[in-house]
Amino acid sequence: MSALTALARLRAVREGRAQPAATVRHCHIAEAPMVFIPLRMAGEAAAPLAAMIGTDPGSPRLLVVPQPRDRDLRFAFAAELAEVLLPYVEGFAKETETATRRGAEPYERCLSAPQVLVPNGQAAAFTGLLGRSTRFRRAEGPYPVHPSVPVLGRWLTFFAERAAYPGSSLLVSATDALALHWTSGQSGLEDANLAALLGWIDPPPGLTGLRAAQEAEDPLLWPPAGPATDPGFDNEVLAPAIEGYTRAPTARAVERVREAVRTQLEPTWRLVWRAAELLRGLPAGASVTRRWEYDRGAFTEFLGRVAEGGPPQARRDGAVAAASRLARMERARVSFDVQRAYDDPLIMAEYRLTGEAFAGEVIAADPEHTEGEGRSRKLRPLVTIRTVDPVRLAAGTAVGTPDRRGQEAELVATDGGEITLKITKGMGRGKTPSPGAVPAVGERVCYTSLTDDFQASASLPDPDLTPWTHGGPPEEWVPDDADAAEHWE
Amino acid sequence: MATDRLDALRGPVPPRPHDARAIAALAANPGCARRAVLDAAGIDKDSTARHLGFPAPFGQSRFAITRGDVFEAQVKANGCAGLLRLLREVLGLPIPLVAYHDAADVGAHLRHAHTRALIDRAARDSDDAGTFYDHPLLSLEIAGHTSYLEPDVVAFRLGGRFHIVEIKSFAVIDGQAEPAKVAAAARQAAVYVLALRRLVEELGHDPGRVSHEVILVCPENFANRPVATLVDVRRQLAVLRRQLARMTGVGDLVSGLPSGLTFDLAADADGVPTRPVAELAEAIGTVAARYAPECRSTCDMCLFCRDEARDEGSTDLLGRHVRDELGGVAGVDEALALAEGTRGPADGQEEIARLLRLADRLRAESLEPAR
Ligand code: SF4
Repeated sequence: MSALTALARLRAVREGRAQPAATVRHCHIAEAPMVFIPLRMAGEAAAPLAAMIGTDPGSPRLLVVPQPRDRDLRFAFAAELAEVLLPYVEGFAKETETATRRGAEPYERCLSAPQVLVPNGQAAAFTGLLGRSTRFRRAEGPYPVHPSVPVLGRWLTFFAERAAYPGSSLLVSATDALALHWTSGQSGLEDANLAALLGWIDPPPGLTGLRAAQEAEDPLLWPPAGPATDPGFDNEVLAPAIEGYTRAPTARAVERVREAVRTQLEPTWRLVWRAAELLRGLPAGASVTRRWEYDRGAFTEFLGRVAEGGPPQARRDGAVAAASRLARMERARVSFDVQRAYDDPLIMAEYRLTGEAFAGEVIAADPEHTEGEGRSRKLRPLVTIRTVDPVRLAAGTAVGTPDRRGQEAELVATDGGEITLKITKGMGRGKTPSPGAVPAVGERVCYTSLTDDFQASASLPDPDLTPWTHGGPPEEWVPDDADAAEHWE
Repeated sequence: MATDRLDALRGPVPPRPHDARAIAALAANPGCARRAVLDAAGIDKDSTARHLGFPAPFGQSRFAITRGDVFEAQVKANGCAGLLRLLREVLGLPIPLVAYHDAADVGAHLRHAHTRALIDRAARDSDDAGTFYDHPLLSLEIAGHTSYLEPDVVAFRLGGRFHIVEIKSFAVIDGQAEPAKVAAAARQAAVYVLALRRLVEELGHDPGRVSHEVILVCPENFANRPVATLVDVRRQLAVLRRQLARMTGVGDLVSGLPSGLTFDLAADADGVPTRPVAELAEAIGTVAARYAPECRSTCDMCLFCRDEARDEGSTDLLGRHVRDELGGVAGVDEALALAEGTRGPADGQEEIARLLRLADRLRAESLEPAR
């Protein structure tokens, strides 16, 4: 939150419509994402009640647990979910490319990767819980489940973990993604309601954003996007339907539960697809492809792990794994922020506001300026920029620019609104700079002290060398019968 | 007298008792005068909001209620036998012999007296036997009114010490529970700790014998097996004490209100409110609110206050973060006028006006199609 976004909220209130929070799209949106809307039984941690899922807006698949307290029915649901999700996920394994990494063997990377779209952050968290409650199951032994169930659990866990990773688009929550690109005229808390947020962004003809958001709060018009269901619906519609099934588990009783939950899921189904369409309507930011490449890499790696029959993800990370995960997430957060600023002037404006970036017009340039003598003589073009931004950068600060990525410069002097830089890298190797490398007088430019060079990962000991003060080396998690038999009541 | 004024504000109905949930929520928006007055007067906010046409959005699912009841019954089965095993683990003590007293053994009207007698005896005994007191009916004085607390906890005494045990049906999965739920449970438990401390003190014992560590019992992972966790509620206790002290000082707020003001719903013989809605809304409007989006999970009046904030064009609607960024500028139009330069800053607004002007320019520049 900054004065800029606060201002955008105020404008949204006045205009009765959401305001842009970005000028380009900062997430990947697949051509055919898999939309997944899970519902949970109220009062239970991870009892699925139903889900609507599919890659075609015109033909969703509806999965239902007619009695969510029945363990067998839950596993039947999980198997059915696996039937939809696993072929979709595995479909991406077919086409690969050879990718190279600095200092490592080339490896095969899938050309594309699955993308799961859920309505909101709670649905992403629930996906993780479903993964947690299924990944330790086994197809043999005392409590056998369908062999697809533990595989499903690994994938759901994978998606949920990636969702916590800044900049990843393998599992996208619609409300989070929308809020990254539009600012509504309501509070951030209220933005968690998908229908209300979309009401501000894309109100139906004849309605203001505010009216549309108000209507969206009526659970009879817009059932909650889940995983929690509307208590009124639970008490008046769902409970009698489930009781009916419990009395006589007939096909008709199942149908009654199905029809009940369908009314709750269909509106959200349409909203999630609408959200995808709106996001797709924005031009992609320059770094989206690169981040998606990481996602593809992570997906390929995990695909290999599943194919080899690797163990399910541990219940909890060991100390070293937890620390290195945190460090990775922190780096991803920083680089996501920096990349967005470079890709999008509206995000860069946040840094201009705080004085970490500035924009202005070039008023003088000395492209052939050099430093040093004889053999150590170096080309160091000088550029002077006039800006009205409140710059808070000291002489000597290294800066970069979105207009010429890869170029590096150093702030030489500031004199009121006039800032002189010398370009230190990325202007060509000749005696004179390559054409266009140095901005010309009159050009509008932007420089910032933000840089996205990945700091070498903080040196953490190998998992095997975990100090005993941190619990000693983590044991590899090998699920036993007790895990497989863990109650799911 | 402040109490008379509070009674007049409420009208001829008994003050509404606060349950622990409501008391815990008192601390949720301490800056709100409206809430302080309504609560001090023991006004039924739920009915008030309903009558105003803004019923609170706090429905509860039958499934959740049933699940909570089943879990609680399971934990308390056989005189809390299962609970005892958990306490041994979590307190790390060998707990010998255990007695179980149900304060609800007597009729409702006697329950409070019965609880007092039980706790008094317990505080005198200091043997090593553990003892459970189920359904204790505790009370807390709130702005001159005694509120009785819903007895959904167990008090446990071991040696000379009491612990509050709170049973909740949200799950702890791999050692973690939803933070918002844990926080709410801690706030509620603090209310019980405070009430039990006051009772122990009234009976002439040391209130410090009621531990600030409460025991939270929740189902573990995906099964119904209970697990116990110690939760330190000192911080919640401090907030609660402060808020209760503030409510005792509600007299100042009330004495500033117009005489003859009342929030009486004027219920007819069948209990149906007959007070003209516009009149009631106006009466409520005389006490200043301090709406925040968080009210939506803590106060029955939330939708009414939100609507009011919207009509007033208040920046409160957008959340505290936004309000903070706006340097406390209260009106949407005012803030926009400062940003757009159509209004000069008032005294003390120079800094925020400068920032908003800058933000406005940067936004405009960044949104220009050709930069
Ligand atoms: S909803 Fe209204 S009365 Fe309640 S705390 Fe918020 S502002 Fe105060």
